[in-house]
Amino acid sequence: MKYVIAVIQPDRLDEVLRRLTEKAIHLVTVSNVVGRGRQRGIAEVYRSHKEAGSLLKKVKLEIAVNNAFVKPAVDAIMEGARTGQVGDGKIFVLELPECIRISTGETGDGAIG
Amino acid sequence: MGGVIRRNWWLIPACLGLWSSGSDAVAQEVASITAATPVSTINASDTVWVLLATALVMLMTPGLAFFYGGLVRKKNILSILMQCFTVMCLISVQWVLVGYSLSFGPDLGGITGSLDWLGLKGVGMAPSSYAPTVPHQAFVLFQMMFAVITPGLIIGAFAERMKFAAFCLFSLLWATFVYDPVAHWIWGNGGFLGVLGGKGAVDFAGGMVVHINAGMAALAAAVFLGRRQGYPHAISPPHNLPFAALGASLLWFGWFGFNAGSALAANSVAVSAFMATHVAGAVAGITWIVLDWIKFGKPTILGMITGAVAGLAAVTPASGFVSISGAVWIAVGAGIICWIAVTFTKARFKYDDSLDAFGVHGIGGIWGSIAVGIWATKAVNPAGVDGLIYGNPAQLLIQLKAVAVTMVYSFVMSLLLFKFVDMVAGLRVSEHEERIGLDLTQHRESGYTVID
Repeated sequence: MKYVIAVIQPDRLDEVLRRLTEKAIHLVTVSNVVGRGRQRGIAEVYRSHKEAGSLLKKVKLEIAVNNAFVKPAVDAIMEGARTGQVGDGKIFVLELPECIRISTGETGDGAIG
Repeated sequence: MGGVIRRNWWLIPACLGLWSSGSDAVAQEVASITAATPVSTINASDTVWVLLATALVMLMTPGLAFFYGGLVRKKNILSILMQCFTVMCLISVQWVLVGYSLSFGPDLGGITGSLDWLGLKGVGMAPSSYAPTVPHQAFVLFQMMFAVITPGLIIGAFAERMKFAAFCLFSLLWATFVYDPVAHWIWGNGGFLGVLGGKGAVDFAGGMVVHINAGMAALAAAVFLGRRQGYPHAISPPHNLPFAALGASLLWFGWFGFNAGSALAANSVAVSAFMATHVAGAVAGITWIVLDWIKFGKPTILGMITGAVAGLAAVTPASGFVSISGAVWIAVGAGIICWIAVTFTKARFKYDDSLDAFGVHGIGGIWGSIAVGIWATKAVNPAGVDGLIYGNPAQLLIQLKAVAVTMVYSFVMSLLLFKFVDMVAGLRVSEHEERIGLDLTQHRESGYTVID
């Protein structure tokens, strides 16, 4: 099992979710986050007071997948989130030692999805 | 406002004069009625307008709550709303009990009203000399809303770091020992600065009484309390600019009551004040974003609403005395001067006037109260005054003196009151409480839940 974390542009979320669904990947957790990368933030100005290097709004997806679904998940995110511009985001793939479905107590591969 | 009162007084003998020229019998009848019972001069239209204007001005305090509330950090939103609602409740009671008497009661040496009208004793439905065509209590209510919002404006300077109990005590003392006397000096019968027996300084709707008064107290607060932790670099930006824009909109809306209502009658002066008010808000809003655009490359919504409020504050003392072009110049001046104060002066002297109560209301009020001595014209309000460009430079001097007196008194008294409240109650929350936020530490509530 793998744990896929992707940080993407908020306006690409719908497209990424659509492509994940196409590849039969339904389990996903989404959160609003702020962060920065190479592009750095846009400096904001409030009543002439400049905020240096503010953080940019992003969306974070967390997806637990069985090994066979790692590539489809990564592909879906790449296709949906990519614009070719700086700031498109990143995908991290982590080992996932265990997964438990709370309602039934199932564990491992069967608990995902 | 004083000018209008005098104008209406002239109308009463004029009307009686017209009748008496008709027939002696009618004249005698009128005379006997006048002698037996006071002529009821209550005018329904005027009364409706004053009551409506009162309700409009009332809405400005919650409007201010959202204007200020949007500008603080999430952890302090409720403290701002709470403080604004508190002045509304607290000062309303103070006004009925003692404030109105101190401000508008029978004069004591030009300095203060007496305590003769304590608890509104003898203040009923018969009109007063202040507003001869509406019930006296309508005037009391209208003025009450001014007394409420003025200490509310000061909140912007000590936001995010003042103890709630200290705030309550300060507001009550400030209303009693600063607002009430200054209102008397300028608007009260016999007050030593105003047109009703004083030096002749004009203040249509509160440039000195409200804006300079609150603005100087705000400066005193920023100086006495010191900066918020982390100011200026580690203070997060405004947490909810939509709230600030909503609040500014409510302020603007209420300002029609504030200024046009100060005519105290449904007449042409009210219309003229309404026009000057709206035009000034619009012009100053534009002025501010043009400056933002030039200096920072982008126009900002916060700049737009700040400019509008600055223009509305600046036109307040002048609204019933100036033409449309006068209002435009006052607004352009307000936009530029307040923008400079907020952009450069505050940064240069490093005081933490957190929400720019001094920079916008203080500076705007000072500019407007001086500017009325430049652009006032009797062509707009025959009961008003002429200013510098209408051939009366003396009025400018009178305005300058009155502005200086108000500034010094409010600043010094506010400092003393802060000192006193600090001694008896402690003014500032602890560092830990400031970090956690006033909502939780002062009120045990949170404005926003994280989940659900």
